Amino acid sequence: MNKVMSNKFVIALYILPALLLILVLVYVPIVLTGYYGLMDWDGIGEMSFIGLENYTRLLSDPKFWGSALNSLLLAIFSGVSLIGYLAISLVLAAKIKGANLLRKIYLIPMLLSSVAIAQLWLKVYHPINGLLNSFLVNIGVDNPPSWLANPDLVLGAIFVPIIWQYAGFYILIYYAALKNIPDTVIEAAKIDGASPLQIAYRIKLPLILGVIKVTIVLSFVGSLKYFDLIWVMTGGGPNGASEVIASYMYKQAFNSYNFGYGSAIGFALLLLCLLATVFIQKLTKSDDDIQY
Amino acid sequence: MYKKKVTAISLLLMMIVSIVLSACGGGGDEDNAGTTDGGGDDQKTVKFMHLWPEGSAKQHNMIVQDIVNAYEEENPNVKVDVEVLSNDQYKEKIKVLASSNQLPDVGLTWAAGFMEPYIRGEKFTSLDDVLEGDLSDSFVAGTVDAFSSNETAYGLPLELNIAPIYYNKKIFEDNNLEVPKTFEEFKNVVTTLRKNGITPITVGNREPWTGSMWYMYLADRIGGPETLTNAINRTGTFEDPGLIQAAEELQNLVDLDAFVKGYNGLGNEEAKGPFMNNQAGMYMMGTWELPNYTTNEDVPQEFRESIGFFKFPTYDGGKGDINSFVGGPGVGLFVAEQSKVKDEAKDFVKFFVQRWGERSVTDAGVIPATKVDTAELDLPQMYIDVLDELNNASNITLYADVQMSAAAAQEHLNLIQSLFGKEIPPEEFAKQHEQVLEAED
Repeated sequence: MNKVMSNKFVIALYILPALLLILVLVYVPIVLTGYYGLMDWDGIGEMSFIGLENYTRLLSDPKFWGSALNSLLLAIFSGVSLIGYLAISLVLAAKIKGANLLRKIYLIPMLLSSVAIAQLWLKVYHPINGLLNSFLVNIGVDNPPSWLANPDLVLGAIFVPIIWQYAGFYILIYYAALKNIPDTVIEAAKIDGASPLQIAYRIKLPLILGVIKVTIVLSFVGSLKYFDLIWVMTGGGPNGASEVIASYMYKQAFNSYNFGYGSAIGFALLLLCLLATVFIQKLTKSDDDIQY
Repeated sequence: MYKKKVTAISLLLMMIVSIVLSACGGGGDEDNAGTTDGGGDDQKTVKFMHLWPEGSAKQHNMIVQDIVNAYEEENPNVKVDVEVLSNDQYKEKIKVLASSNQLPDVGLTWAAGFMEPYIRGEKFTSLDDVLEGDLSDSFVAGTVDAFSSNETAYGLPLELNIAPIYYNKKIFEDNNLEVPKTFEEFKNVVTTLRKNGITPITVGNREPWTGSMWYMYLADRIGGPETLTNAINRTGTFEDPGLIQAAEELQNLVDLDAFVKGYNGLGNEEAKGPFMNNQAGMYMMGTWELPNYTTNEDVPQEFRESIGFFKFPTYDGGKGDINSFVGGPGVGLFVAEQSKVKDEAKDFVKFFVQRWGERSVTDAGVIPATKVDTAELDLPQMYIDVLDELNNASNITLYADVQMSAAAAQEHLNLIQSLFGKEIPPEEFAKQHEQVLEAED
């Protein structure tokens, strides 16, 4: 078998299918999107080349930057919420009663599709007979806000289900990483007289730092290109108050028939995500590789 | 050694098989396309795509199927290949098909703004030759125009809807209210209902085309029937005093607390709830809602009997009259320009339109775009009333978001949401419209 694997031809043979798929399905469309971004195209008729006009328009489009700001807010918000997930996983990973059940409960939202979650939360936020407003009326609030109709509240109202949706995913990742820490290390620390907080902060966290870095990138980039839940719940409204880059891109390309401009937005989104990834990796870079 | 070779060869085989299999998957479409042109004289296939799935639009689906069957019977050498998608899927797919020149021979399209890029891209063929002769007279005046560009018809309308205000007769009675004839009376109805703890009007303005109709009626009654249309087609301006005043009056309604709580966050279906549950007095919607108030057995009969409709009241000193409506044709049939069986497709379209009219109104409760003789049909009273109103209509203003180009429509809908939310003053509302429409020119 070793001999087969060292054969160049076989190596190429192994790599080729995946490479082809990824080229055709990912890289070629990326290049094409960048190319369409140079066009004035309604998606149906003839294209005409307009150079960088779409991209210059993008730079001075207040709606794009408004949506980019919303995306960034979401990214920061989900980044901060990672701390909460981490805290929960630390508790779950300690051998407490019912941790197993709790872990499963946290995971359930992840099993629902985004559209189902959106429908669920639409009911929660319903201005008249929604769960939240019914509760508020019952505890004596006279005129509870219409969460999704108020431009000042809508963004926050939408962040909550998104955080809720991904909690299970990150908790699961942290939980698995924490479980991987050998008991011997923890025991040694205990014998040395470390308090549980010290163990968590000085031992467990540094040991799973690699995983934490990955989750930061995942949540940040995932938030930047977030689309589905927002699209179903508000469609970016009212009047753009909950618009994110991806929903703005969709509207431009498919509702306004500006396929060229939509492509330019898509390409810009890709660049932003790449930048964010590089930036975060730089920011969290550390040389010391931990060995158990 | 031998074993290794076997491993290598079997891996190679696996790869080849998988590549061949994936190639087959890609080839499927080509085969389908081949049947359209390969038929020759004896057997031709017309591909027809529509948006009435059996599940959600059973009656429509059945009528289409019947018409297709009848057509195939009369024309044994033509086979109609039907593909059904749901509304939203349809909208997306038709766009993708158009850009790759694979439109079905016959399909459905929406009027004006939606069609524009397809006409510009020469995807739809002219249907003027189909309209020659007796067919053009059978359409309600003006409906074909919405599917025309430069005097050439590219689509044949199937439906025609106007938007009256439906109201709950029982709620009106309980509160000693009468159908308002003027806007002042209308405001009085609103305040009375609100005072008595009933939601006066329900509207789902998360989908702002619903709120747009309210604005359009105010614009019509205050500024006259042509003002808004002229502003959109650039013979007029959106900063017309009538249009600004209409925006003001709309915000006055908002101040009167006329609309259901959280209207900007509710979808149309959600907003319909309070009306269907006797919790809201009024609801403005297209006449496609009629079955819910007449024939739909899923709605309690008591409720159906308590619903009536009235025309948007007149405005004191305004230029519009009470018989002017907001509305327009829904979907229409197109024939693809690159179709290889154009003659058959056109023939089928003609056949379809002729059969559709009567059956659609009796079986599916659709108000067709072709003229219907109400005397000969057994219809619920509300239908007869609506059809009579249609006959007396002085004007039908096509929905603003349909009149505008797609990009301007998007902006219009956003601004409608802001107007309802009082985030924008009326002058600014008009000014931003003017800018968007100006930029398009």
